[in-house]
Amino acid sequence: MRKILVIIITTFTLIVNVHAGSDGDLVLKKNEPSEIKDCSETFNKASFALNQGLDKIIFKPVASVYRVLPAPVKSGVSNSLNNLSNVVTIPNNILQGEFALAGVNTGRFLINTTVGVLGLIDVATYLGFSEYVKEDYGQSLASHGVGPGCYLVLPVLGPTTARDTVASLTNFIGGDAWYNVTVRNDTNYFKDIDYYASRVTAGVDFRAKNFDSIENLEKNSLDFYASVKSLYLQDRQQRIMNSKKIIETQDDSDWEEIETQ
Amino acid sequence: MIKRKLLVFTIVFFSISSASFSIEPDIFVQSTVNRASKLLGEDISKIEKIEKLKLIAKETVDINGIGFYTLGAKRKSLSDEEKNIYSNLFEGYFLKSFSSRLAEYTNPEIDVTNKEKLNDNYTIVSSVLKATKERPEINIDWRIYTKDPDNPLIRDLIIEGLSLARTQKEEFASVLSSNENNIEALFKVLREFSNN
Repeated sequence: MRKILVIIITTFTLIVNVHAGSDGDLVLKKNEPSEIKDCSETFNKASFALNQGLDKIIFKPVASVYRVLPAPVKSGVSNSLNNLSNVVTIPNNILQGEFALAGVNTGRFLINTTVGVLGLIDVATYLGFSEYVKEDYGQSLASHGVGPGCYLVLPVLGPTTARDTVASLTNFIGGDAWYNVTVRNDTNYFKDIDYYASRVTAGVDFRAKNFDSIENLEKNSLDFYASVKSLYLQDRQQRIMNSKKIIETQDDSDWEEIETQ
Repeated sequence: MIKRKLLVFTIVFFSISSASFSIEPDIFVQSTVNRASKLLGEDISKIEKIEKLKLIAKETVDINGIGFYTLGAKRKSLSDEEKNIYSNLFEGYFLKSFSSRLAEYTNPEIDVTNKEKLNDNYTIVSSVLKATKERPEINIDWRIYTKDPDNPLIRDLIIEGLSLARTQKEEFASVLSSNENNIEALFKVLREFSNN
């Protein structure tokens, strides 16, 4: 057991570049999409092809039905999934030192779970709570200066990085209260199927929301694999930086360079 | 005295008229969007829409600038002849890709909400694509190239924080790296895309 632990820690430190201290620029630079290496490209491309196949036969057909459901049904599903994700967001707000935000999200979770009927209605937003932003253990590691390591595409689960894959294991060892009450602990209220159903529904909800964009991207890409990789890593960089402003996540010298060519 | 008045009038007239040609980036984006939106709402065939969208794009997008940005570091090692070939192929690729993406939308409603001047060359204009039954509201930022204030041009679309130019740049880099950095391979892919 001890040997396995040593191997895991050694592997982890080799594939991700750990630094104790960090500031915004360093975090930005480490998570710069073009700097993240595709170390296992052959494996990643095979996984990508598998996922595309699964998408064609499962997710796309289900999402095409889901997206024509009445808007209140879709927003109810989306709201309850968001509400459920608070149980991972709140501990990560704390891990990132965002204590006030952890308080806000705890309030949001309590209000939406009770008054909002198990999260179906986002009452907190009506009450003026700030916009909800999801956080996870990968983002917490990144905010403490851990680099992303290599880019990975996992079968079924899709794009990720070495850091985020390792960090997501925290969910299965107690870091996700929803997993704890459904799969990990034998409670009388929930079953394993509740957890897996929520994960699949989240996938369908995402696919339906981005239905046209994904179709459009696939149709107009010269290299669909590279496009998805770029978009995923840009999105991830923004989430880590907690910013949707391009000027905060993109080095403008890229653009300035073409002025002087 | 008359001469002096005439001189003052001439100076004032030309300073006013030259200032009036300067177009604010947010107004430029809103008017471009309105033109495209009106066109997409017209009762004409998809092919006609695509052809008209291409004309709007040629007027309002800095296709050549985006092309060289997209090429990344590789542009430094190209000969003038290769640059010309690339510019022509990129224009064909861009116009086809851009117009066929937009032609899927019918009557999109976009409202410009804000603008932020980065420097003399760039202003980011923020806008919102209103939600429909099928999709949620989408934030779109526009990187406007303002080096010539009288003729602002679009250089990038940033959808929910994701830059299309940056995505295209990494896509092209991938095509080059899987073909030993050979520009001919990129030319071939661009040609195939435009001809299909």
